[in-house]
Amino acid sequence: MKLKKIKLLLTLAGLMLVATACGEVVDEESITAVGSSAMQPLVEAAGEQYSAENLGKFINVQGGGSGTGLSQIDAGAVDIGNSDIFAEESGGIDADKLVDHRIAVVGITPIVTPGTGVTDVTLEELRDIFTGKITNWAELGGKDLPITVLNRASGSGTRATFEQWVLGDEKSIVSQEQESSGTVRQIVANTPGTISYVAFSYVTDEVEALSINVVEPTNENVQNNDWIIWSYEHMYTNGEPEGLTKDFLDYMLSEDVQQTLIQALDYIPISNMKIERDVEGNTTPVQ
Amino acid sequence: MKEIHGDFSKKSKKRKLESFGRTISFVCIALIVLVVLSILYFVISKGVSTFFVDHVSLKDFLFGTLWRPGEVGEDGNPLVGALPMIVGSFGVTIFSAIFATPFAIAAAIYMVEISPKTGKKILQPVVELLVGIPSVVYGFIGLMVVVPTIRSIFGGTGFGILSATLVLFVMILPTVTSMAVDALQAVPRHYREASLAMGATRWQTIYKVVLRAATPGLLTAVVFGMARAFGEALAVQMVIGNAAMMPTSLITPASTLTSILTMSMGNTVMGTLENNVLWSLATILLIMALLFNILTRWIGKKGAMNK
Amino acid sequence: MNPKKADKIAVGVIYMMSGIIVLILASLLLFILWRGLPEISWEFLTSPSKSFQVGGGVGIQLFNSFYLLILTMLISAPLALGAAIYLSEYAKKNWVTDFIRTAIEVLSSLPSIVVGLFGFLIFVVQWDFGFSILSGALALTIFNLPLLTRTIEDALQTIPATQREAGLALGLSRWETVTRVILPAALPGIITGMILAAGRIFGEAAALIYTAGQSAPALDFTNWNPRSITSPLNIMRPAETLAVHIWKINSEGVMPDGTQVSAGASAVLILAVMLFNLVSRYLGKKIQKKITSA
Repeated sequence: MKLKKIKLLLTLAGLMLVATACGEVVDEESITAVGSSAMQPLVEAAGEQYSAENLGKFINVQGGGSGTGLSQIDAGAVDIGNSDIFAEESGGIDADKLVDHRIAVVGITPIVTPGTGVTDVTLEELRDIFTGKITNWAELGGKDLPITVLNRASGSGTRATFEQWVLGDEKSIVSQEQESSGTVRQIVANTPGTISYVAFSYVTDEVEALSINVVEPTNENVQNNDWIIWSYEHMYTNGEPEGLTKDFLDYMLSEDVQQTLIQALDYIPISNMKIERDVEGNTTPVQ
Repeated sequence: MKEIHGDFSKKSKKRKLESFGRTISFVCIALIVLVVLSILYFVISKGVSTFFVDHVSLKDFLFGTLWRPGEVGEDGNPLVGALPMIVGSFGVTIFSAIFATPFAIAAAIYMVEISPKTGKKILQPVVELLVGIPSVVYGFIGLMVVVPTIRSIFGGTGFGILSATLVLFVMILPTVTSMAVDALQAVPRHYREASLAMGATRWQTIYKVVLRAATPGLLTAVVFGMARAFGEALAVQMVIGNAAMMPTSLITPASTLTSILTMSMGNTVMGTLENNVLWSLATILLIMALLFNILTRWIGKKGAMNK
Repeated sequence: MNPKKADKIAVGVIYMMSGIIVLILASLLLFILWRGLPEISWEFLTSPSKSFQVGGGVGIQLFNSFYLLILTMLISAPLALGAAIYLSEYAKKNWVTDFIRTAIEVLSSLPSIVVGLFGFLIFVVQWDFGFSILSGALALTIFNLPLLTRTIEDALQTIPATQREAGLALGLSRWETVTRVILPAALPGIITGMILAAGRIFGEAAALIYTAGQSAPALDFTNWNPRSITSPLNIMRPAETLAVHIWKINSEGVMPDGTQVSAGASAVLILAVMLFNLVSRYLGKKIQKKITSA
């Protein structure tokens, strides 16, 4: 009885495989983009829009983290590798053969639990908090409440950017770590006295964004580099892109996506940037 | 004459069917073993490259307390001490097993010995249902309910081994309970009848006969629960705080092997030390699974001898 | 202490502890349902998800979860059955069998993230299946096999040896005894094992993140050509399941109503597992009736 059923099921499975093999060939094409989980919603939305406009072309977008994106594009296993950081900054990657396509800019801001009594800090104070020299909000004129530092996982693009521009050469204290921006926001929202950092798009009413040296974390301030904690969103290809990959990257950079989708998701269109920054952090004005 | 001889020397239809069945079932088991071996090879070969390719000493890895992959210490060796995670993993595993075991055994006794009818009707479906709750949901309930509760009772941030223990306790309960039920059910009926016939009370029968006879099975259940707790990642990661430092109390943020493993895997590049050392953590997990296994086997054998 | 008194106390304690378990579990379920049920509507269950706007549903994820579950079961159930039959009926008590059992148990205690990464490097990258249902089903098979094999073996072992002897005495071969006598008798146990396994598969996220993928391309439910990417039947398309969707929303989701969607999706997941349990139970009873009456 059971065996018969299993046999039947197996036959069905076999038929399905045969059907897969013999089904009529459809004129479809797809590419895979893997990497930064922060970039996934953006690329996914753009991919859907692209597929709607170009029938039969599919953009398959997966997360997995910037490290995964870079190693997979380096190995040539995918068509596009999404990353929040420069390939050069990551060890073990042959950055020379990768071609960088910067599609957007994202600002990163420190966030705290509402009710600490502090809304503005200097860059030095922020550094001292993350290196453990300041441990109570009272030292910054706030409430007498111990500071809990919450970091993103080491190697995360957001953390790398934050540490590059806030900590410089110094090292963060060993602290709590979380893997994703969503969890970070939730913990900061619910745990009194906690400080962490997220991309602008994750800031909601539940948490309070700090201004630094009285500069507010806004897209305008990022565009002219008054707010220095920001990073590019890279889409790397292995060699010059061709075919569908090239077409899709062009689409990402088209005015259509840049001025609507990218802004809707709280990213900054690459064309709005007044300055350009290289791996070492040197800036040059955009002509 | 020849025909008869042929009939005897030819395999009968039955013999053919028999060897066919035997072969099929053997192929299945061989396939599974092959998969296991290839996973073992895959994990371990990556795990040992920390020591052979990147030349980290095993002692620094197992007993070092500083976990900052990518940075080197004063002596020029990478800071990849995994002790904080090892302690964290053992902590949550042992504590959650201590919490879960009595409850699971009690529930199993209830379902098998005391009231099989209500047990089957209420407890069993609920237990089976709970297996299906994804760990990420457990994690979020932990983050929303358990962590704030711990914070308001004990102070601190609420993240730590205690919160992780409570979440894991609920998570491994269904596994341990359903296996404990199997273990109790496997005890032959006549054991109970003999004991009751000799005038023992129900509890005496349960305690002195059924539980004793089921000990190896119960231990397997607990070890399975412990193995699940040891390997659980997503839920623990949300409530333990993931601070790679030696836990000083049950309510300070800590980390486990799995929480660090899951958290960092996507952010590291294959083939680098930062990535290899994560596979070394996975290798520890494997070795632990093996040790758990050997332990049950040993206890099972001892139990069998004492009978 | 008086044994009668001890009996009463012990039984009381057991009642209390069982009560606590039911209480914890019931409040857990109620909590999930109470948060999620208000979000569930026909539209929520059928519409595709949105990546950053309000009003996304879980239609495709729900379909993917069931499809993946069926495929995984198709691959793993026969394998586990064969393996369990070997272990229970053919294996001799020697070191090889011991080794096999140890191997299976080690596999079962592997963290699912390791299984997922193994699947990623082997199925997705090495075998070039890409992020697909097929890769996901294979990874889930690895994840599922040990427990399923074990529970089926346990179910087979509960059948008394007398049944086997009776079969053999009637001149049946060992294999025939297994298929005609032991399997039908063990069927209810096997089905329970499969339900438990199905529940685990349904809720698994970590093993799928890197294999079946985290995106659910729009499906065209009128397209049944299995080679087309929009066809629901295609096993080479990426397929985010319900559990993965919950994980994704909670970790990096930017939709404004993420909390509600995740609460709703969790409730749907629980309800699906519940429904699944009920149906399998009903089928199990029916099958047993058919066998015992025949």
